[in-house]
Amino acid sequence: MDTTVANTGAEGKTWGGGNEPLKASYGKMMMWFFIVSDALTFSGFLAAYGFSRFKYIGSWPIADEVFTHVPFFHGNYPMIYVAFMTFVLIMSSVTMVLAVDAGHHMNKTKVTWYMFLTIIGGLIFVGSQAWEWGTFIKGDYGAVQTKGGNILQLVDNTGHRVAINDIALDAHGERVAHERKNGLWFVDEGTLPAYTVDEVYNGLVANPNVLVRTQIINEEGHKTVLSREASLAKLKDEGVLVVQGANLKVNEYGTSLFADFFFFITGFHGFHVLSGVIINIIIFFNVILGTYERRGSYEMVEKVGLYWHFVDLVWVFVFTFFYLV
Amino acid sequence: MAHEHKLEIFRGLVKFKSNTQKIWGVLIFLALITAVEVILGIYKPESFMAKFLGMKLLNWVFIILTIVKAYYITWDFMHMRDETKALRRMVVWTSIFLICYLIFILLQEGGYIESVYSNGYVKKDF
Repeated sequence: MDTTVANTGAEGKTWGGGNEPLKASYGKMMMWFFIVSDALTFSGFLAAYGFSRFKYIGSWPIADEVFTHVPFFHGNYPMIYVAFMTFVLIMSSVTMVLAVDAGHHMNKTKVTWYMFLTIIGGLIFVGSQAWEWGTFIKGDYGAVQTKGGNILQLVDNTGHRVAINDIALDAHGERVAHERKNGLWFVDEGTLPAYTVDEVYNGLVANPNVLVRTQIINEEGHKTVLSREASLAKLKDEGVLVVQGANLKVNEYGTSLFADFFFFITGFHGFHVLSGVIINIIIFFNVILGTYERRGSYEMVEKVGLYWHFVDLVWVFVFTFFYLV
Repeated sequence: MAHEHKLEIFRGLVKFKSNTQKIWGVLIFLALITAVEVILGIYKPESFMAKFLGMKLLNWVFIILTIVKAYYITWDFMHMRDETKALRRMVVWTSIFLICYLIFILLQEGGYIESVYSNGYVKKDF
């Protein structure tokens, strides 16, 4: 390096440049400052989530009832899968810090292996998140949206959820999707829901043990279940749309803001994980090619490590505020 | 380049022999906290349901455990423990101050809007 950088004659003088008062290199310090600004972005999102949640404190969806699935297993297992995802991410953080440590000892083989494991952990995490999204978008029981945008779900008299497509009965009068060819040519309409509200209402009439559950949380912390008469009246008077699953417009689990924030925050985090994996892969190949061996320092691994730990750090908070609190 | 690591956690209560050993030690601690969180989240013990400062006690427990986890990730995995005091304060105090401010403003406002809704000025249930 001495051959490429000219001596300025200011070495060792306090204000002459070339000092490292923080005992950290430029690159590492800037990574820390980037992390600060990124942390503020994420806290902006999470605080906005908190804002909406405080605004709808009496009707926010209960996370334990939303995220209940585990791949390859049927049944109701809240929390298990996210706990697994959290553990995978912490584990990949550990292999990353082990790679940094091996880099300090200039041990190329170990750095290579630990980087490889970190990448695998990151990929498992992103894959799990994709699956989580898929399950959330598909939904499970379905619900009816009211004129006011609230969600009505169906339960039997023991409190267990009832799926819309198990009870919906064929109603007279067929509502066909509006297409350009048979109406206003400049207006189009998306796919219609599989069932109409009338069909769900007929099903409710035919099943005397089924009740409507609103999204309002009662004193015991559960969603309010209406009486039989109130259920029938509520669905008849207020139901307008059958909702299956969740997207940016509707959400069968409760207020659509919940789905919006879920997609936005976990999506933004997932994008960070993805970019982290890509940067890790680049560094991984540099390690294999011996770039850092020649450079005489594995500090690059340390810098990307900082980013990777930050992604883990954010997930710890997302986990708490989306799934636990 | 010399890389000295401070090998004590819990204010010197536990001292590790090497940096690698410290990493595994911290992992065990973090996994333990996560396990406690998950178990509390699944069973939701009745004794934690009391209200405390406007929130359920359980939620406070979760938030405190999360901050503890964040501390150990930053201090030991990101080696904040080994950085100079000045760098540490620049990064940590700045973010903590700004984040607390942001959270205060937004949650205060959210609570206010909720009170307007629930006092019956806005019809929501139709």
